[in-house]
Amino acid sequence: MRKLLPLLLLAPFIALLAVPFYNRAEPSVAGFPFFYVWMFVWIVLAALLTWIVFRGSRA
Amino acid sequence: MTSQMESAQPPALDWTALGVFVFFFAAVTIMGFLAARWRRGDLSLLHEWGLGGRRFGPFVTWFLLGGDLYTAYTLIAVPALVYAVGAYGFFAMPYTVFVYPIVFLTMPRLWNVCRRHGWVTSADFVEGRYGSKGLALAVAFTGVLATMPYIALQLVGLEVVFEAMGLSAVAGKETPLLIAFAILALYTYSSGLRAPALIAFVKDAMLYITVIAAVVIIPMKLGGYGAVFREAQAAFAVKGGDTGVLLKPDQYWSFATLALGSAFALFLYPHSITATLSASSSDAIRRNAVWLPAYSFLLGLIALLGYMALAAHIKVSSGTMAVPALINASFPPWFAGFCFAAIALGALVPAAIMSIGAANLVTRNIWRPYVNSNLSDAAESRIAKIVSLLVKVGALACVLWLPTQFAIDLQLLGGIWILQVFPAVICGLFTRRLRPSALLCGWLAGMIAGSALAWINGLKPVYAVAFGGGVYRSIYIGLIALAINLLVAIVLTPVVVTLRRKMTLDRTLEMDYEDAAV
Repeated sequence: MRKLLPLLLLAPFIALLAVPFYNRAEPSVAGFPFFYVWMFVWIVLAALLTWIVFRGSRA
Repeated sequence: MTSQMESAQPPALDWTALGVFVFFFAAVTIMGFLAARWRRGDLSLLHEWGLGGRRFGPFVTWFLLGGDLYTAYTLIAVPALVYAVGAYGFFAMPYTVFVYPIVFLTMPRLWNVCRRHGWVTSADFVEGRYGSKGLALAVAFTGVLATMPYIALQLVGLEVVFEAMGLSAVAGKETPLLIAFAILALYTYSSGLRAPALIAFVKDAMLYITVIAAVVIIPMKLGGYGAVFREAQAAFAVKGGDTGVLLKPDQYWSFATLALGSAFALFLYPHSITATLSASSSDAIRRNAVWLPAYSFLLGLIALLGYMALAAHIKVSSGTMAVPALINASFPPWFAGFCFAAIALGALVPAAIMSIGAANLVTRNIWRPYVNSNLSDAAESRIAKIVSLLVKVGALACVLWLPTQFAIDLQLLGGIWILQVFPAVICGLFTRRLRPSALLCGWLAGMIAGSALAWINGLKPVYAVAFGGGVYRSIYIGLIALAINLLVAIVLTPVVVTLRRKMTLDRTLEMDYEDAAV
């Protein structure tokens, strides 16, 4: 299982290379079109996944 | 206040802004010289001068890498592109998301093996791994070549700041740049990597304050983010073409491949590798891969400044003046001076690290093997100091005497070039199956193909590739060249194996790449 953990790091690539999926205005959040919300959310999620992989590799 | 936002007057010299600017600049200069004493080491050794003795923990490395990667030119060019075309300029966001997983998976291995063998540059590693002086020279040469225009662009960033403060109108274009340059050159010479590491603390703190103030205060004046996006979209509707706050379908491929290719390229640059190798442990690098995205978040906010400039009806002749003009129009002079100091320091930190990275390469991988092979350690460090000066003089000359566009075009080519060392450096961290002479041929093919495609394409970063059935997709030229490069290396490897059965010497062991057992 632990060997597979780094595969989590593929998620940000899939999420942000799927450009047609997130290139849309709705649903917007606080005036931000979805395009921007998705990218900002993935900055945080990618960091979180990296942290999980980092922790998991030494537990 | 609001009436100010309507007009972007031609900047007149403001003494308050200049006073604040000079204060921070002077304070940081003193820090730069005092840095020589910080975590004192023998600066006549290359790894002390050029890598800070590999003693920077996760915290210092975070500031150093943040200060190194998010340069003044980034701060100006990213919003400038957003101001000009909109959503397309935001490719910088997926780019910085992709970077850190790549760093997490590759850079700790590079750090481990370089630490174990006392290596200072990526070319040192390539030589040790493949036993090939030629391949190491190719890596070193590419690194220096790609870094020069990058340094030049930092000076362009400084120029923009001086112009926005109205300093250029009073003191001329050259004088302020020469003064800033002399200061930068002197403290880099005397303190090495310790200087930008210490200055990075101040620079990054100022930058966070600047950006957070800007993204909170300016939209409040403009009626909130919803209004900012609406106004920007209205401006793009007037402009027409491939612009808008959302991408046009024909921009999907260039957006995605530019982000991906730039992410692969970033940690091949000598300045990124220098800052990475100066970390005190491989875990310091992993922790940074987790925490550096904070800067990516900041970069996303900085990109939004391009939309704010549109919404504030800032009219500038060149997009690079969009953010400085927005700052002048939105903030009182003292805070504008503070912001400009933050951007200017954002030029000095990376410029220092870039010149150190290039100097390490020239000294270790060009001078030592080809000019004088029995250098004493002190002589090696002295040469690196002089080379760091020469590299900066070259960049300065480029900015003073050549059109700015020249540096921008060269920087674009630099990104394509640096990607061509990916197979030797990054693949080399995991496998040695590709033979050095095949890698060298691949590198040459990638360099030529990449430069040629960029050239015939009018120095634009993307090229329309035919995908059968009359379908064309615009793809980042750096990635196309990398694909050619890898293909050549993979195809030629079996040929090399049959022609020359003897393997070159690999000075590394598998365990050199792993973390040391504590």
